[in-house]
Amino acid sequence: MSISASWYLTLAALLFTIGAVGLLIRRNVLVMFMCVELMLNAANLTFVSFARKLNDIAGQTAVFFVLVVAAAEVVVGLGIIVSIYRRRLGATADDVHELKG
Amino acid sequence: MLRIAFLVPLLPLAGFLVLLASGRKLGNPLAGWLATFMVAASFVVTVVVFAGLFRLPVGGRSYTQTWFTWISSGHLHVDMGLLIDPLSMTMAAFVTGVSALIHLYSIGYMEHDEDFPKFFLYLNLFVASMLILVLADNFLLLFLGWEGVGVCSYFLIGFWFERDSASSAAKKAMIFNRIGDAAFLTALFLIYERTGSLEYHTVFSHLSSVGEPSLVAIGLLLFGGAVGKSAQIPLYPWLADAMEGPTPVSALIHAATMVTAGVYLMCRINPVLYRAPDAAHVIAIVGAATALLGATIACAQNDIKKILAYSTISQLGYMFLAAGIGAYDAAIFLMLTHAFYKALLFLGAGSVIHAMNDEQDVKTMGALARVMPITAVTFLIGWLSIGGVPVLSGFWAKGDVLLNSFAFSPALWAVGAVTAVLTAYYLGRAYLLVFRGEQRWVEARPAGAKPKQLSAKAKAAAAMSSTGQETVAAKPALHPLDPSWVMSLPLVVLGALSAVGGLLNLPIHPDFDFLDRWLSPVFASRLFAHQWGLGGVWTFALIDAALALLGVGLAVAIWGRTADRPELEPVFLRRAWYIDWAYDRFIARGSTELAVETSAVVETEAIDGAVNGFAFLVRAGGRQLRKVQTGYVRNYALGLAAGLVVILAYVLTRAS
Amino acid sequence: MTSSLLAATIPDAITVVVAAVICVVGALGVVLARNPVHSALMLVMTLFGVAVLFIEENAQFLAAVQVIVYAGAIVVLFLFVIMLLGVDRSEVIAKEPLPGQRPVAICLGVLGLAEVLLLAHGKWSTGAHSVSGTLGSPASNVQQIGKSIFTTYLLAFEVTSALLVVAVVGAVVLARRPRSSQGQLEPPGGAALELDDAIDSGPEASKAEPIDVTTRDGEPAGDGTVVDSEDEIAESEVTSP
Repeated sequence: MSISASWYLTLAALLFTIGAVGLLIRRNVLVMFMCVELMLNAANLTFVSFARKLNDIAGQTAVFFVLVVAAAEVVVGLGIIVSIYRRRLGATADDVHELKG
Repeated sequence: MLRIAFLVPLLPLAGFLVLLASGRKLGNPLAGWLATFMVAASFVVTVVVFAGLFRLPVGGRSYTQTWFTWISSGHLHVDMGLLIDPLSMTMAAFVTGVSALIHLYSIGYMEHDEDFPKFFLYLNLFVASMLILVLADNFLLLFLGWEGVGVCSYFLIGFWFERDSASSAAKKAMIFNRIGDAAFLTALFLIYERTGSLEYHTVFSHLSSVGEPSLVAIGLLLFGGAVGKSAQIPLYPWLADAMEGPTPVSALIHAATMVTAGVYLMCRINPVLYRAPDAAHVIAIVGAATALLGATIACAQNDIKKILAYSTISQLGYMFLAAGIGAYDAAIFLMLTHAFYKALLFLGAGSVIHAMNDEQDVKTMGALARVMPITAVTFLIGWLSIGGVPVLSGFWAKGDVLLNSFAFSPALWAVGAVTAVLTAYYLGRAYLLVFRGEQRWVEARPAGAKPKQLSAKAKAAAAMSSTGQETVAAKPALHPLDPSWVMSLPLVVLGALSAVGGLLNLPIHPDFDFLDRWLSPVFASRLFAHQWGLGGVWTFALIDAALALLGVGLAVAIWGRTADRPELEPVFLRRAWYIDWAYDRFIARGSTELAVETSAVVETEAIDGAVNGFAFLVRAGGRQLRKVQTGYVRNYALGLAAGLVVILAYVLTRAS
Repeated sequence: MTSSLLAATIPDAITVVVAAVICVVGALGVVLARNPVHSALMLVMTLFGVAVLFIEENAQFLAAVQVIVYAGAIVVLFLFVIMLLGVDRSEVIAKEPLPGQRPVAICLGVLGLAEVLLLAHGKWSTGAHSVSGTLGSPASNVQQIGKSIFTTYLLAFEVTSALLVVAVVGAVVLARRPRSSQGQLEPPGGAALELDDAIDSGPEASKAEPIDVTTRDGEPAGDGTVVDSEDEIAESEVTSP
């Protein structure tokens, strides 16, 4: 008898919320990125839970692809961050606001 | 022979176009002769067509000639076409005839005017429009002519437009006309809506299916148009001001032709009026009231043209009275004779004005019969005709109207009778002040002769103008004479016509009322014809004669010797019962003030304020909205999160 | 939910609870740590917790991949960038320049969580149980995933591989130093220079550019430690034959 899916899903929701709030609060770009990863992980957890509940391997396949894409995303994102830091060291997310209305 | 009818309006129109193109080149007097020739030719064609119509049997005297389709849109179908029937041909005949005479007169009258060709251009256009008006076979084409004569009236009243008073008078005429035209147009809409057509034949044959309230409305609305065009109460003040135009214009347009268009319209719609007696009664009452009003005002005027203008208003009132009670042939008869003697009187007045160096005040004239015999005699004939003195045309025509009005309503007859007395009186006053009595002007003598001594009273009278102020003592000496043959011939012809015109329609014997029988197909059973016995006819003839002679006698007694009777010229009459003043003060000034008020408040503050305010709001809103774009990624992320929460909330509300 | 917890086997329950706690603590650590390096380490903790949960959910392959790829590569990459850019200085958490950001964020977070929990009250899923591709087939987890990837989702797989290539190329291009007019690579400002070397593979790259390394001595660096460490590496390379 295994744990019902609802536990995992609640946990995933919680992780997602923490990640979202962290994204909105922190100014350091890299920490913000890590919060994004947190959110992705929460989604992964949800997928896997449903895969088990609905007895479908497609859920796990989805996680597989999410993982790959997350990796690619991190690579490119960090490249962008490096480009930003080239201009000015110690830049935070708040310093990139030239598109102010 | 009837097929040449299209030439009748086309010849004056061609004259207009030729003068438009090369009038200035033709110059003085050739332009005038060309215009006169065109109208005279039109008169000849009219006579020919008249004869052709006469040849047709009585029941079949109606001929339609369609030129082309003017409007064809959905159910509305209007042709440019002419209707040749007794009524329209009668109108066309006297319009072209009198117009030709007045054109001839104008050649002499406008001789010294530098815009000589332009005058005849307008006159020809006017005649063309008037002919279209009377010959049209549908209401819309009539309206086209109606508007055309209105426009020409504007042009001609304001012919000497450098004068402020002239251009204002032209505007005033246009505006009063326009008010009437609004009613006319509404009537057209109603006619089309109720009967599905604007053509006379079709409309009149469908009248039985139209309810009486609509017919009353149509009748009254068309009468509204006539009120504007023919200067009845309440839209009459423009006619007095229209005297600013040259005298031939006053003679042609504001006496003989344009102002009679309203009466023609009433006669044309006799099927409608027959079925809408309420409307007809209103017309009769308004006509009678206007007749009396015009006569009273004319008694106290000093400008000779104004006397004649108010006289016209009064006589038109008679015509509407006749039309209102259903005596259409009486109305047409009066219109015909009125054209003769009113044109005559105006042209006579024009000769006097010309001779007196553009002086129009009767108080500065006097004893002109001695030096202008032809003018004096013709004017006398005109006076006696309009006064209704027996045997002259006016006696028969006015008698016809009074006869029928008594049968209809003695009250209306009484009004007409009083007006008849006044008519003879005031025109007699005019004649006596101008041509008889003391000479109140200084005559220029040939060099070497002794100047004629004026009596002290005459000198005083000459020195004072009728406004009671001292004029400059050195008034230029005058040398009045009868005008040249171009101006005198029309006077003579019209004088003759005024004298014998009554022969057209003598009531003394059924065989002699030619006009009645001629017009009967148009009016048929709708004619109000009370059959008086011969005794009744003679009684009324005697009464009419008595009334006329009473008026004449009064005039001679009062004005034969002296020109100075201020107690008979009270201010309120001279100022035309202050009606025009009231219009100006309350309506015109009131409207202007309202407009200024509206412009300042509504336009500037409300409308501009609203538009500018709207722009300001947009700008302010934009300025506030701009603040959402902070440029901070985290703020945008916050927005995203907020949106997510909202969507989840929405889903939550929908989840069962 | 509690009944299902109690109905499960004790070891499972304990594992799940402990792993859950680890996850949450780690997540909070990521968000609240002042030093970004600490955040990265907390992230690793969370990832391990999630991996355990994966195993608990019968997704063994994914747990392994999670540890290898996520915790092993992605977080390491994060740490690389943190170290190289010298962003390991502490951020001043207490001060929040954007007005209202913090309270609104927390509000929205709580609201969102509440809504999600409410929405899923009792009924977490409405989908039907799958007929094909079942989890309960006798094949091992790896086989199942493999079968799924290479048959049903083959196109996605191929596209993903293309995506990876694009990502790598993109990263290289993004992080390039801008070229001077003579075609020479310009000396960049600051310590970002080293990133080129970092991306290039191995220590050979740094050996190949000794000149660039030495010229860096006189330039002001954002953080002395980075330059020093590079110098040390270069010197050690040069000095060790």
